[in-house]
Amino acid sequence: MTLLPEIYILSFSVLFLFLSLGKGKKLLFPLARALSLGAVAVCLFSLNSEGLFFAGAYQVDGFSQIFKLLLTIGLALVVFMFNRDDEVENMPEFFMFLGLSTLGLTILVSSVELISILISLEISSFSLYAIVPLRRSKTTTHLEAAIKYLFFGAIATGIMLYGMGYLYGMAHSTYLVDIAAKMPSFIDKPLGILALLLTMTAFFFKLSLFPFHFWAPDIYEGASDATTTFIATVPKVAAAALLIRLTMLAGLPTAQLTVLLMVLAAFSMTLGNLAGLVQRDLKRLVAYSGIAHAGYLMLGLLSFNKAGNAAVAYYITVYLFMNLALFYVIMLLSKNGENLKIADLAGLARRSPLLAFTLAVAAFSLAGIPPTGGFTGKFFLLVTAFRAGYLAIVIIAAVNAVISVFYYLNLVRVSYSRESEDSAPFKLSFSEKALCWLFSIVIILLGLLPLNVLDMFSRVM
Amino acid sequence: MLPYLTMNPFGFPVLSTTIFLPLLGALIILFLSNERMIKIASLLTALGTLAVSVFLFANFDSQTSIFQFAENFSWIAAYNINYMLGVDGISIMLIMLTTIISPIAVLSSWKAVQTRVKEFMISILIMETAMIGVFCSLDFILFYFFWEAMLIPMYLLIAIWGGPNKDYASLKFFIYTLFGSVFLLVAIIAIYLVNGTFSIPEAMFRNYSFQFQFWVFLAFGIAFAIKVPMFPFHTWLPAAHTEAPTVGSVFLASILLKMGTYGFMRFCLPIVPQASFCFAPLMIGLSLIGIIYGGFVCLSQTDMKKLVAYSSVAHMGFVILGIFTFSIYGFVGALFQMLNHGVTTGGLFLLVGIVYERTHSRQIYDNAGLGKIMPIYMFFFGLFAVSSFAFPGTNSFVGELYVLIGTFATNKVAGFLAIVGAVIAAAYMLKLLKQIAWGREDKRDIKDMSIREIIYMLPLAVFVLWVGLFPRPFVNVMEYTLVNLAMQLDKVSH
Repeated sequence: MTLLPEIYILSFSVLFLFLSLGKGKKLLFPLARALSLGAVAVCLFSLNSEGLFFAGAYQVDGFSQIFKLLLTIGLALVVFMFNRDDEVENMPEFFMFLGLSTLGLTILVSSVELISILISLEISSFSLYAIVPLRRSKTTTHLEAAIKYLFFGAIATGIMLYGMGYLYGMAHSTYLVDIAAKMPSFIDKPLGILALLLTMTAFFFKLSLFPFHFWAPDIYEGASDATTTFIATVPKVAAAALLIRLTMLAGLPTAQLTVLLMVLAAFSMTLGNLAGLVQRDLKRLVAYSGIAHAGYLMLGLLSFNKAGNAAVAYYITVYLFMNLALFYVIMLLSKNGENLKIADLAGLARRSPLLAFTLAVAAFSLAGIPPTGGFTGKFFLLVTAFRAGYLAIVIIAAVNAVISVFYYLNLVRVSYSRESEDSAPFKLSFSEKALCWLFSIVIILLGLLPLNVLDMFSRVM
Repeated sequence: MLPYLTMNPFGFPVLSTTIFLPLLGALIILFLSNERMIKIASLLTALGTLAVSVFLFANFDSQTSIFQFAENFSWIAAYNINYMLGVDGISIMLIMLTTIISPIAVLSSWKAVQTRVKEFMISILIMETAMIGVFCSLDFILFYFFWEAMLIPMYLLIAIWGGPNKDYASLKFFIYTLFGSVFLLVAIIAIYLVNGTFSIPEAMFRNYSFQFQFWVFLAFGIAFAIKVPMFPFHTWLPAAHTEAPTVGSVFLASILLKMGTYGFMRFCLPIVPQASFCFAPLMIGLSLIGIIYGGFVCLSQTDMKKLVAYSSVAHMGFVILGIFTFSIYGFVGALFQMLNHGVTTGGLFLLVGIVYERTHSRQIYDNAGLGKIMPIYMFFFGLFAVSSFAFPGTNSFVGELYVLIGTFATNKVAGFLAIVGAVIAAAYMLKLLKQIAWGREDKRDIKDMSIREIIYMLPLAVFVLWVGLFPRPFVNVMEYTLVNLAMQLDKVSH
C-alpha cells in the first residue's frame, strides 16, 4: 500500500463532501480531529515505502514521504487549532477543501513529471481559491481577497507553464530525469536559466517570494484566521520541497542562476522586513514576515548541494511550527472572527501567561534568537550559503535578522509591558493549553536538538 | 584526547551541574505557587549553585593554563558542533563572580519585587544559567547559544519590572546587542569554514592570513565593544541601567559587561592576534575617550543610578586599556578590574536600590544627608564609593595599578591620560559621597539597612577589602593562564 497516504486523504475529503449534504454538524470537529490524526499516523506508517507509479511520473521515496508527513502534521495542527464555528461558513466544505488541498500537495511532492506537477499544484490551489471567501464577515474584504488570490495564482501558474514549455522544448520530455540529463548543456545559456526560473515561479508564488509576494498581505488579511493559517504554512512546505527538486535539476550551480536567486532573496528579505515594521494588523505582519522568510529560505538553495537542501527542509519545518504557534495565539485572541491588531495584544501576559509565553517563543524563533528552532534553522542556512562562498547574501541576511527583531520583539513588548483596560483573565481549556505547550516545546527542541530531524532530511536529499 | 583539555575528574559533570542547576531550579519554581516558597526555592538554588562553584574553585589547578573539568560530547555532528565545556584561570574567576552575585541578586529583590514574583525569579535563574554557560563554553555555537539566550530574560527583566521609560530602554538594549551579535555569528561561521570545527581552543593561534584576521577582528570587535560598552557604542547602557530594576542593573554591571571584555581576551587576542596588534591603537584611543568622557558625564549627573552607570563606561575603559597593552601586568589588571567592577559597581547599584526602596527617588538631592540617618548604609556606601575611584586599600586600586603599570610600560601618553581619568573619577565619586553623607540637614524618617540587606552587602565588602589588602591568592589563580596568553602573543609578534 505505497499510496496509502494519498488514498486516505482523498477519502477524508470525500467523507466531508458527504457530510456537507447532511444536517448533523455536531460531531464535525471531533471527527475532523480524529481523522486528521489518522492521516499523520498513515504517513508515519508509510514513511519508508518506495515505488514508481504511472509510467514513472509519480515517485514515492524518502524525500516525498517525509514531506507528506510534514504536510499532514500541518493539516492536523490546523484542524486542531480551529475550534470555532462562528468564523467560517459551511464547515464540512471547509474541511473537505482543506483535505483536497493537502491531497494536491502530497501528490505534488511525489510528482517527478511536469504535467503531474501542474495538475497536483492546481488541485491544491483551486481548493484554496474556494475556501478564501468562506468567511463570516460584515465587510467584503474576504471576497476581494478571494478574487486577488485567484488572479495572482492563475498568472503564476501561467508563467510556470511558459517555463515548462521551454523545458520541454529543450529536453523533448516532461520527465524531470530526462530534463536533468539535458540540463547541463543548457544551464549556462539564457534559455536554460529562463526556463528553470519561470518554472519555479509558481512555487515562488506559494512561498510569497519577491516579486510574487503581492497577494500575501491582502489575502492574509481578508481570509478567515483558519484559512490564513493553512495558506501561510502547509502549501509553503510543499513549495519548498518542489523548489529543492527543481534546483536539483540544474545540477551544478551556475553564476547567473545563483545571482538571480540571490537578488530575489535579498529583495524579499529586505522588503518583507521593512514593510513588516509599519504593520498594525497582525495577519498582515505575518504576511510580510513570510515574505522575508521566503528570502532566507533561498539561502539554502543557493549552494546547490545536499547540505543546503537539508537546511532548507529543516528551516521550513521550523517555520511550519513557529508560524502555526503565532497563528494559534491570533486565532484564540481574535473576537468574533475579526482581525487582531497588534495593540489588542496589550496586557496579554497578565491575562494569559501561557499564551503570552507561546507568542514570545514564536516571535523569538521567527526573529532567530537562540535557543529556538528559528536560530538553528537560520544558522544552517547561513553556514551553507557562506560555505558556497556567498558572503554578501549572508551579511544581508544577518542585517535583516536585526531589522526583523524590531517588529517581532514589538509583539512581545506589547504583550508583556503594555497594560490594557480589559484585564479579565483569558481562560484556556485543557486542549488549548496542551497545544500551546506542544508548540513551545517543539520549537525549543528544534533549536536545541536538531540532530535527528536534520539527519533525516540529509539522508533523503 | 585533546591536548588543550583535562577531562573532568569527578564522577559527575561538575560544569554542567553548575550551569544547569539554576535552570532546574527555575523548572521547579514553575510548579510552585506560594510567593514565599518561590523566593526560598530560588535562594536555595542560587546558593546550591554557589556551593558547586566553590567546590569547582577549590579543585581548580592553578599551575596550568589548559582548560580543566572539561566535558566534550558531540552535539550536532553534521556541522561538527560539540557540547564542549572547560574553564581556565580567566573563566573560573568570572564564574565565581556570577555565582556569588546571583544569590545576592535574589536576596536584594526579596521585598523590592512585588509583582509577578514567579516570573521574576525564573528570569533571574535562567539568566544565571546563561551567564555561567557563556564563561564555560569552549564551542563557538554553544557559546553563541548562551550569549544570545541571555538577552531574553534580561529583556524581560527590564521590560516588565523596569522604570517608567522601560519600553524604550529594553528595546534599545535588545536591538543594540543583537546587532553586534549577528556579526559575531558571521565571524564564527567564517572561522568554522577555515578550521572545519567550532571548537574555540582549536581556533586559537593559527596562522590565518592578515586580511582574514582583520575582518574577523572587526566583526568580533563590534559585538564585544557594544557589550562592554565602549565609546561610542555605550548609549544603550545608561538607558538600560536607569530603567532596569536593581537586580537587572546588578546583572548588567557585574556580569553582562564582563562578557564583552571576556570576549576580547578569549577570542580576539588568541584567535586574531595580528589584527589585535593592528587595532590596538584604536582600541586604546577609544578606551581613553571612554575613561575621560565617562568621567566628565558623571560629574554633571543628578541621578545616582545614571552616575554609577556612566562610571561603568569609564571603568570598563580601564579593562580594555589593560587588555590592549598585551603585557602580563595589563592582563592581570584587566581581569582584576573586571572582577572589581563587578563587585564595586554591583554593590553601588544595590545601594542605590536600597535607598530607592525607602525614598522612591534616585535623585541625589532627595537622598542627600543620610550620614546621620543611615549610619550603616553610609559605611557601605563610603566603602564602595572610595573603592570605585581606586582608593589604596580597596580592590580597584590593585586592578588599576596593574593596568597603569602595563600601560606606562608600553605607552606613556596613554598612561598619563588614564591617570587624568582616575582623578576625575575621584572628583565625581567624592562629590557624590559628600552629598549623600552631608548634603542636607533636615531630619527624615528613613530606616537604616535591615539585617537581610547587611547580609548580602557583607560578602561584597569583604571582597573589596580582601583584594585591596591581600590580592595574592587571586593573582595565583589567574596567573598561569594570563602568562601563557602573554607568552603566546609575544611569539606571534616576533
